[in-house]
Amino acid sequence: MIFTVATFAILVTISLGLARALMGPTVYDRILAVNMVGTKTVLLIAVFAVLSGRTNMIDIALTYALINLVGVVAVLKFVEQGNFYTDGEDD
Amino acid sequence: MIFVEIISWIFIFTGALLGIAGGIGIHRFPDFYSRLHAVGITDTMCAGCFIIGLCLQTGFTIASLKLLLIFVFLFFSCPTATHALADTAMLSGLKARLDKEQ
Repeated sequence: MIFTVATFAILVTISLGLARALMGPTVYDRILAVNMVGTKTVLLIAVFAVLSGRTNMIDIALTYALINLVGVVAVLKFVEQGNFYTDGEDD
Repeated sequence: MIFVEIISWIFIFTGALLGIAGGIGIHRFPDFYSRLHAVGITDTMCAGCFIIGLCLQTGFTIASLKLLLIFVFLFFSCPTATHALADTAMLSGLKARLDKEQ
């Protein structure tokens, strides 16, 4: 029973984050909202893994947390320098 | 045995409340830099409450060890991502709204 409450709360948080991602005035608000949604997805996978008893799904949540960080930093690098192939010195 | 159940329910419930509080906070705060704080709350504290609650549910197994690993990683990675975000925003000239009459 508590897992349905937890899942519902996480889904509400994700929808609020997505709403902020759509409305966000600056691009950094959008990256921030995507970062938050990514973290909540990690929690959603973890809650579902424990809910359904399949505990090997927790590795998926861990991998997703790793990828989320790399994704956010990659998008930041792209936003800051406009492209991926310069190494940032010649600006 | 029911005692551990109640404690994990309390942890999961506070995690859910913190998540929703962070979600509302990301909408109510006026400025990007204050929204960083709202997301920071949801990232570390809400995830921590959830994961401790889930660890109590799965008991003393490898699964709870993996959950604690997730929490340790989130505990270090989310502030780093938030810092990189604030740094890039500040470098690109996004001014913080300091006073009302701006």
